[in-house]
Amino acid sequence: MNFLDLIWLIPLFPLAGALLMLLFGKLLDPQPPSEVAVAPGVEHTHDEHGHAHDRGSGHSHDGHDHHGHGSPLKKLVSLICPGVVLISLLLSIGAVWQLSQQAQKVHQVIQFTWLAGLPFHLMDGRLATFSADWGFLLDPLSSVMILVVTGVGFLIHVYSIGYMAHDNGYYRFFGYLNLFIFFMLMLVLANNYTLLFVGWEGVGLCSYLLIGFYFHKKSAADAGKKAFIVNRVGDAGFILGMLLMFSVLGTVRFLDVNAALRGGQFHAETAGFGVLSAIALLFFIGATGKSAQFPLYVWLPDAMEGPTPVSALIHAATMVTAGVYMVARSSALFQLTPQTLSIVATIGAFTAIFAATIALVQNDIKRVLAYSTVSQLGYMFLALGVGAYWVGIFHLFTHAFFKALLFLCSGSVIHAMGGEQDMRYMGGLKDKIPITHWTMWIATMAIAGIPGFAGFFSKDEILWQAYSSPLGSKTLWAVGVVTAGLTAFYMWRLMAMTFYGKSRVSREAAAHIHESPPSMTVPLTVLAAGSVLAGWLAVPKAFHLPEIFYTFERWLSSLAPEETLHETAQGAGMEWILMGLSVTVAILGIYVAFRFYQAKPEIPEGLARRFQPLYKILYNKYYVDEIYDFLFVNGLGKGGGEVMGAFDRNVVDGAVNGAGWLTRFSSTVSMWWDTWIVDGAVRLGSFTVKLLSYPVCILQTGRVQAYALFVVVGVLVFFGYYLAGK
Amino acid sequence: MYPITTAHYIALSAALLLIGTVGVLTRRNIVIILMSIELILNAVNINLVAFSQALRNLNGQIFAIFVITDAVAEAAVGLGILIALFRNKETVLADEVDLLKW
Repeated sequence: MNFLDLIWLIPLFPLAGALLMLLFGKLLDPQPPSEVAVAPGVEHTHDEHGHAHDRGSGHSHDGHDHHGHGSPLKKLVSLICPGVVLISLLLSIGAVWQLSQQAQKVHQVIQFTWLAGLPFHLMDGRLATFSADWGFLLDPLSSVMILVVTGVGFLIHVYSIGYMAHDNGYYRFFGYLNLFIFFMLMLVLANNYTLLFVGWEGVGLCSYLLIGFYFHKKSAADAGKKAFIVNRVGDAGFILGMLLMFSVLGTVRFLDVNAALRGGQFHAETAGFGVLSAIALLFFIGATGKSAQFPLYVWLPDAMEGPTPVSALIHAATMVTAGVYMVARSSALFQLTPQTLSIVATIGAFTAIFAATIALVQNDIKRVLAYSTVSQLGYMFLALGVGAYWVGIFHLFTHAFFKALLFLCSGSVIHAMGGEQDMRYMGGLKDKIPITHWTMWIATMAIAGIPGFAGFFSKDEILWQAYSSPLGSKTLWAVGVVTAGLTAFYMWRLMAMTFYGKSRVSREAAAHIHESPPSMTVPLTVLAAGSVLAGWLAVPKAFHLPEIFYTFERWLSSLAPEETLHETAQGAGMEWILMGLSVTVAILGIYVAFRFYQAKPEIPEGLARRFQPLYKILYNKYYVDEIYDFLFVNGLGKGGGEVMGAFDRNVVDGAVNGAGWLTRFSSTVSMWWDTWIVDGAVRLGSFTVKLLSYPVCILQTGRVQAYALFVVVGVLVFFGYYLAGK
Repeated sequence: MYPITTAHYIALSAALLLIGTVGVLTRRNIVIILMSIELILNAVNINLVAFSQALRNLNGQIFAIFVITDAVAEAAVGLGILIALFRNKETVLADEVDLLKW
């Protein structure tokens, strides 16, 4: 079958699953929603024998299966939702395979035109029509993305069967998760910016729904709102960029845009900040919001309120990478705007080190991973910002594996701990949850950048590009290396505090520690394999290995045709040196963490006491949230409310009162007019008549003889007149 | 001797008319006013008859008979009005009957 023609099925299956769940889920799985968040992420008491509470959800800790309460309808949900993602995965694999067989690795399918022919004046005066289609574009870049989304998504769906088994919102969760997969696939398969934006907004919506999944809990609901609102700030930039792009180029389809930009009529804006730089910067602002870069990263740590599979899927592997994907997709544009690229790289590097410093002192296991995600996303933008687009996507690829694995493992740990998330109350779990332990160990090695594991290859490539690319600089490289050291440190800190050392677990939690069911551990294992193997698709050039180890770069070679291979003699030597340096830094980070948290636990406490102010600043995340609260939430929100209130009282109510006063005033004037002028005119008339009547009254004597006299006089007048006329 | 022409009769008629008119306008007693009106009517009669003779036409004389009849009727009615007036107002003087005034 021709998978390429059936691309439209790839997003369709998850959409069908989502609609089924969200429209009919209540019928399929009629459990009442839990009145308070009852989930592994929240402390809840249960009596010693682990009997199920009549709140409707409890842990059965006696070794039985954790699969729900055995409701067959629930099993149906467990079958349908991961199943549709599996179908999408298989279709994606088929489509990508067929794409690779083609000579021209681009396949565009336009289903129908969605927005047709809105007239629009372009910047150079031409009249164009804005039209966007519902079309799919499968090329190497989107193929990588759909494989990541459906692959990791499928594994996380399977994991959720076990993790969310006791949750009353089972069908709702899977419905939202499927909906998210649908929107993410729309985002990466879109053939134009407008459809991409549909997916962009859709994943933002699903993120809000899933973060606020336990909506009865205020902090979760607030986190959901925060995510959506901060995202929106970025989206404003994205829309402006999209419209500006249309007004300059006349099209928003990727292929047409790339053709126009590479066509030669646009020159690289090296001299100053031109309109293309503005477009690129606006797009990057959108990416900043979605991919949690400084200053719009604040939503991601709070997003950990959502269930752990959500954190794994959305805030590690897929949604937050949408910004990276979008910038890579616009590589032709960014290549022409070196100033914006340097902004991208700078913000990426800054975010990386900034978030890493915060992660050093966090105690909640998921917070550490959240800041780690922000930091790794910074790495991806650093790669994009020095022109190495395929390297950024490569890091996205490997990061999806090990970060999803880290989150799922942490979920497994939390599940084992019965809801405890604070690492200060963990420790010594190594032998109790072995599978979780060794998969998390693999993921930690990967993220720290130890050779052989996936993270090493991608991170090292980023550092090499930052150092050697014409758009990079030694400063960027240095920041990257320091961040790598910090990353290794805090990740090993996490491992040490969680798995090694003396157990600090509370007694009631300790009784219930157990390994997760296979539905959770199998995905962990698969992802662990990926965390090792995925990196071998793009080894550094310095290793002169067979061609297959360079697949990734060759596959994405269309991203930036003028990509240079830094393979000079001096280059090779430098690359080895840098590689050695980064590995050393990583091992050093791990060793320091080992010393601090395993060998001599008193060192970190002593350091925290000695550098109390610095520790406080780091622990409180540089007070960024407080600053934003003051400036925007209270400033704009409450201050704006005050202004609006004053406006309402003085201007609006003033207008209403003024209208009332005006009415009364005009009625007074009217009354005066009526009394004096209108009635006056009438009285004047009568007065005049009376005045004129006086002479006439005198004539009316009442004596008949007087009247007779008048008659005679009249006759004589007539006579006189008659005789005179004669 | 001067012959008595038509002009003499006309002059007589005119004189009587004028005297009668002045009497109507001037006299206070309503009976005298009525008598003056009779005088006017008679003046008219004389005029009519004179012209009838001058024009050798009988129309004048016939008209004079009508005028006499009319004068009689009018006198009767007038005196009836006077008596009614006297019964109500106790006066026969014209300038004391001036109620219809401003």
